[in-house]
Amino acid sequence: MKVCMFHLMPYRDLPADFTQRYNSAYIDPGWFDVADADKVGQYYNWTLDEMVYAAKAGMHGLCTNQHHQNVYGFMANPSLMGATLAKLTQGQDVAIIQIGSTLPSTSPPTRVAEEYAMIDCISGGRLVAGFPTGLPTDATISNGVVPIDQRERFREALSLVVKAWSSKETFAWNGKHYQLPMVNLWPRPIQQPHPPIWIPGSGISSTAEYVVERDDCFCSLNYFGIRNAEAVGDRFWELVDKKGRDTNPFRFSFLQLIGVSETDAEHEEYARHAEYFFHNLLSTPSYYQAIPGCIEYDALQLAMQNPARAVNLRSLSYKDLVDRGFVITGSPKRVREQLLDGVKRLRLGHLLALLHFGSMPTELCRKNIDLFCREVLPYIEDLWDDEWEDRWWPERLRQKRKVAAMAGAAAS
Amino acid sequence: MASFEERPVRLWQGGIETEIEIGGSGPPLVYFHGPWGLRHDRAFIASLAATHRVYAPKHPGTGRTDHEAAHKIDNWLDLMVYYDELLDVLGLERVALVGHSFGGLVAAELAATFRARAARLVLIDPVGLWRDDLPVTNWMVLEEGKRLRALFADPAGAAAKRFSVPPDDAAARVAAQVEFVWAQACTGKLVWPIPDKGLKKHLHRVAAPTLIIWGKEDGIINRAYAGEFASRIAGSRVELVDGAAHMPHLEAPETVARLVRGFLEG
Repeated sequence: MKVCMFHLMPYRDLPADFTQRYNSAYIDPGWFDVADADKVGQYYNWTLDEMVYAAKAGMHGLCTNQHHQNVYGFMANPSLMGATLAKLTQGQDVAIIQIGSTLPSTSPPTRVAEEYAMIDCISGGRLVAGFPTGLPTDATISNGVVPIDQRERFREALSLVVKAWSSKETFAWNGKHYQLPMVNLWPRPIQQPHPPIWIPGSGISSTAEYVVERDDCFCSLNYFGIRNAEAVGDRFWELVDKKGRDTNPFRFSFLQLIGVSETDAEHEEYARHAEYFFHNLLSTPSYYQAIPGCIEYDALQLAMQNPARAVNLRSLSYKDLVDRGFVITGSPKRVREQLLDGVKRLRLGHLLALLHFGSMPTELCRKNIDLFCREVLPYIEDLWDDEWEDRWWPERLRQKRKVAAMAGAAAS
Repeated sequence: MASFEERPVRLWQGGIETEIEIGGSGPPLVYFHGPWGLRHDRAFIASLAATHRVYAPKHPGTGRTDHEAAHKIDNWLDLMVYYDELLDVLGLERVALVGHSFGGLVAAELAATFRARAARLVLIDPVGLWRDDLPVTNWMVLEEGKRLRALFADPAGAAAKRFSVPPDDAAARVAAQVEFVWAQACTGKLVWPIPDKGLKKHLHRVAAPTLIIWGKEDGIINRAYAGEFASRIAGSRVELVDGAAHMPHLEAPETVARLVRGFLEG
C-alpha cells in the first residue's frame, strides 16, 4: 500500500480563548484579531520543510489541499505548495498529490489543468491529480459559486480538464458553465492521457458513485478515524461491486490523524494538539456546512430522513478522541496494530497520514515523521502489493518501486 | 375559505414540470412566493382568494415533482421567458402580480420586462436592490435563532412558531424540511451571492400602479429599501407594517391582505 503525508497548514498559535470568541473556524475569525503574517510565513515554510522531511524519511506521497478564509488550513492555492514540493523533491521517488485545486471555484478550470500540467512536468511525471468539489464555504462563500451549481460545475470542469490534457486537436468548449473558443493547452502533463485522478468526498454519496463510475480513486476525507469508518468502507465496496468494478484496494484512500511516541506512556505529548485540532480547527457550525443547494436533492432527502447525530467536538477531551478512535497515538507497536487492523478491514490502498495536526510544533512533527517512517511504515507498506497494481499512482513511480523491490530481493 | 386546486403544467418545451395552486374567484392575481417555498404562504393566499382568483406558481424546482428544474433555468432572461410562458398557459394576458421577498423581485422584473402583462404590482418586502451601507442579509447562511430574528418582529410569536416548528408527522416533517432547504437552493440560484442582478437597471420601466409593503422591522432587507423601490417606480405607494419584519404577510396577515385588497380594488 501507499502511505502519504497529508498536511493542512493550519494556524498553530490561536489565542487560548479562541473557542469563546468564535463559533467557527471558517469565515468568522478576524485576521487582524488572531493572526500574524510573520508567523504565517513561518508556518508555510515549516509545512514545506515537514513535507520534504517526510519524503526523505520514506513516505510515498505528499498531499496538499485548498481551503479559504479559515484557521483550519489555508493553502489558498495548493499549486504554489505542490510546485515548490515538486522542485524540492527533484529525483526522489515520491508522488506530489494535489488533492487539490477545487475546480468549481476556478474559472476557467483550464487554469487548474495548466497548473497541474506544470507540476507534472516540473516533477518529472510524479503528479497525482486530485479534484475536490470543495467545501461549501470555500466554494460558495469564499469564491461566490452558486450553491446549486457547485457539483454540475465540478463535473463539467473535470471533463474539460481531462480533454484539455490529452486532445490532439485544438477544440472549442461550449459547455453550460464554461465556454472557451480554442483550447490547446500548454503545457500538457507528462502522464498521458492524464495523471491518476483522485477525488475526495466526506461520505458515500453521489460523488463516490461518480468516482467509481469514472474508475478514479475515491478518498474518504473525514476526521473520525479508520475505526469509525466500517460503514463507509462497506458502502464503498458495495458500490464498487454494484458498478461491476474490481476490488483493487488502491481505488480507496482514507485519512487518519496519527501521533507516534517512543512508548505508549508518552502519547500524551499529542494531547493538546489533538484537542486544538478538534476544538479550534474542526469546529464549523451547520449553517456554514449545509448551505442550501450544496447537497443535492436526493442526498438532502436522505439526510433529513436519517439526521446524523451531531457531535459537539468541543466537548471531547483528548481521552475521548483516543477512546473513540478519532486519533491513533501511542507506541509504534500500538499504532501499527491499529492501522493494520483498520486498513485491512476497510481494504485501503492509500493511507493519508495526518502527521501534523493542530498546534503541533515542527520538532514534534519531525519526531512523529521519524518514528512513523522507521517503526510503522515498513510494517504496512507491503500490504496488497503482491496481489494488486496501484493503477492510481504515477506510472514512473510504479516502475521504480518494482525495480527497488527486485533489487532488495536480490540483495537478500 | 376558498379551496385550492393543484394544476400540473408542463413548460419549457416539455422540459419542466410544475404545479400551480389555484383558488378563489374574482379578478385574477398571480402570487410569487419567497425563498422558503409556498408552504408557509398558503393561509395568506387563501385569504386573498376570498375576493380574487389566485394563481400561485412554485418557482422552478421547488414543486412536488420536478426537483431538478432549477438546473434548466440558468439566468434571469430564462426565468422571465419561463414565466411569460406560464402566464400564456394560464390564459392570463394582463393580471395583477403580487410577490414576497424573492417573489417580489420576480414580480418586479416581470412588470418591468413585460409591461403590458402587469395590471397592478404589489411588492411585499422584495429583494433585488443593494446598498453598501445597508447590505441585505444573506438569508441562506443563517443560524436558526438569527434567522427567526431577521424574519419576524416577534421571533417567539405564533407566526414564527408556525414557520419554524416542523409538522409532527414524520413523513410530513421530512417533506417540510426538504422543501425549506431546497426552495432556498432553487431560488438562490438566481440571486447568489449578492441579490443585485440588474433590477436597478429595469425598475424604471414598471408602468403598472404599484404598492410597496414593508415590515417595519425587516432584518433581511431594511425598510429603507422601500424608498429605493418607490423612487424608481413612478406613482408607487409605500405602506409600512407595524409588528412585522421580513414576513408581514405571516405576522400581520390581516393588515397585509387588507392593504393588498384595497389597492387591487381601488
